[in-house]
Formats: sequence, C-alpha cells, structure tokens
Amino acid sequence: MSLYQVQKLIYQLNRDPRQRERYAAERDAVLAEYELSDEERRAIVGVGEAGPDIGLLYVLGVNGQLLMHFAALHKIEWTDYLERMRQGLKQHGQVREGVYAATGYEGIDAHDARLKSEREAR
Amino acid sequence: MPLVYCGACSHAPGITARAERADTQTRQALHGALGRMGDDIRATRPDALIVVAAEHFANFFMNNMPAFAIGMADSYEGPIEDEAFLRIRRTTVPGNKALSRKLIERVMQTVDVAYAEEWKFDHGISVPLHFLTPDYDLPIIPANINCQGPPLTPLKRAWAFGEALRAAADALPERIALVATGGISHWPATPDSGKINEKWDREFLARWAANDREALLSYSDAEIYRDGGQGGFEIRTFIAAAAAAKGAKGTIEFCEPVPIFAVSCTVARMKIAA
Repeated sequence: MSLYQVQKLIYQLNRDPRQRERYAAERDAVLAEYELSDEERRAIVGVGEAGPDIGLLYVLGVNGQLLMHFAALHKIEWTDYLERMRQGLKQHGQVREGVYAATGYEGIDAHDARLKSEREAR
Repeated sequence: MPLVYCGACSHAPGITARAERADTQTRQALHGALGRMGDDIRATRPDALIVVAAEHFANFFMNNMPAFAIGMADSYEGPIEDEAFLRIRRTTVPGNKALSRKLIERVMQTVDVAYAEEWKFDHGISVPLHFLTPDYDLPIIPANINCQGPPLTPLKRAWAFGEALRAAADALPERIALVATGGISHWPATPDSGKINEKWDREFLARWAANDREALLSYSDAEIYRDGGQGGFEIRTFIAAAAAAKGAKGTIEFCEPVPIFAVSCTVARMKIAA
C-alpha cells in the first residue's frame, strides 16, 4: 500500500513486454503480487473498458516520467493525457505525494502569444 | 589526452516528437545550433563521447537507484520510447567497453559510481544524438546522475562527478569529448508541461557560463522545485559539465524558450583548451 508499489507495477508494465502479456492474460494474479490499496488498484485498473484512471494515478503521486509512458501504452494521446490529469485534479484535489505536483500554467497558446509580443517589443 | 570537448544541450522529447508544432524559424535555429555542436565535437577528433544524462526510468528504478552510473558495453540500444512518438528510429549505438572500464576505474577513485554492462537509451540521450551524431559513428559512453527519484544526488556530488570524469579523461591516451544533457526549468509530463521560467534559466546559464562553482551549488532542491519544477533537478548534468571544464568559462550558443518543447532549448559550450 504505497506509491512505491504502484510505481513499481507501472514501471514493470512499461518496460517488460512479458509482464504486459501476463497482465493481459491474468490481471488479478499480477495485481496480487503488489501491495495495493483498493484506491490504488482502482486507479490502475480503471472502470470498465476505459483503461487506467490517469487522473487518479497522477493525484496519487505517480512520477510523470512513468505515467506518461503508461498512458502511451494505453494509446492515450498526449493532449488527452494532459486533460486526464487536469480532470484528476478537479475530481480528487492536489497531488498527494512525490515531486510532480501541478503548479498552475497559463497554457501553451497564451505562453506562445506572450513570448511573441515580448520578441516584437525587443 | 586532456578532455577535447565539453558542452551541454537540451534533450526534451518534444524537440523531435512535436517538432512541427514549434515556430519554424525557432525550430530551424535550434536544429542549426545542435548541428554546429555536432560539427564542433567532430572537429576535436574524439575517440568517444561521454553523455552525462538524467535518465527517466529506462534502466534505473527506486528499487536500486544509483546516484551515479556509467555504461560499460560495446553497444547500446535506443531509444526505448515508441519510435512513432519520438520520431527517432530505434538503433544500436556503438560503445567502447574497454575505454568505459578504464574511465570507471579512475572515476571510482573519488566517486562511488555504479557501472552497467547493459544500458538502454531514452530520449535523454537519443534526442541529443539524433542531432549531434546522426550517423551513430562515434562510440558513446553513457553516464547518469539521479535527477528523478528523491533523494536526489546532491549538487556538490554532481560537481565531484564532473571533476572525476575530467581527471579520468585527462589520464587516458584517448581523445574524449563530454556533453551533458538536460533541461533547466521545466514541468514535464504534468498538466503544466510547457511552463518555462525563462528568467531562472538565464540566471542559471549565466552562472554556468561564468563557471561559478559556489553560485551553481547554492540552489536547494526545494528552491529548484519551486522555481524550476521537477525538470529543473536536471541541472545536475550541467553542473557536472561545468566541473569537467576545470575552471574554463562557457558560451551560451543558443537559448530560446519553446513552450511546445517544454524547455528553454539550450546549446552551450565550455571553452576548454584542447
């Protein structure tokens, strides 16, 4: 029951094709090998066929460098990945652990526009 | 031979993965700067290139996280990322096991470094190599500093690692080049991806170019996290390169914030006498 266990499972699924095959074939057996709370398990498995709950995993504190690849593994496109994290924050509150907390950002379009006007002013 | 080249550059995956989403002029200028860096490295006729990187769980995880590691193999595979996502073809990159071993033996005299006879490159090495050595014809010696899983390698130890790499390179007959890769401020893989603290980046690079050890080592991790984000922890690689420059000063050859690439894209070089 720790962030470490969640991250370990994600790391192994990301990096080891054999573990992915096992997970596809016998998910519950694989999950039983990790000490996961109900919430952590729910975050990894997700609801129905929707895949992992990326927003909840983010709020639980999963390192972005693991979560990004876990999302890609489930064919979640980059913009969608970012949006799911934002939804997670709305639903579950701020990131609880780790070093990947959200700090607020104007967004790429506004940022680009600001940089452009700064360049023109120079 | 004394170290023949010492520099630093960005490795953000967006540089290749989201290339066309940046302003064309900025992208071309960045590619030009990286291409010139490659030319500059080749001009020093190196036998090998040490890439001091900050990897992202390609090889090392919190079950056994080394503060420092150096690869010791005759070849390495990368990138681990999906080729269609990163837009870099997975390939085998040459290494030099015997040379790695000689370097490691010397580095170990002062820094307790882990060695790895297997090593997969992630974007932290593959993105720079895509521009610097696109033909993959120069043996690479990968090195890593833990910038990812706290507790992180202290900055002063990153400095010691740079000094140890320099002493090791200087003691060997081979011509060795060194490039550090990483971001300065960035918030990668978070909802804030794209956020850049340009002022903080320029201040850090000014300290780097002045090779001001005290100023470079004065950041606390809490300050870095607040001002530079979790990606800012990667300044450790730049700090190692500064130490490896042994007092030489640097020039910032390119530095431009590119939100869609999520960093201030940077190319910098230390003016070491080679």
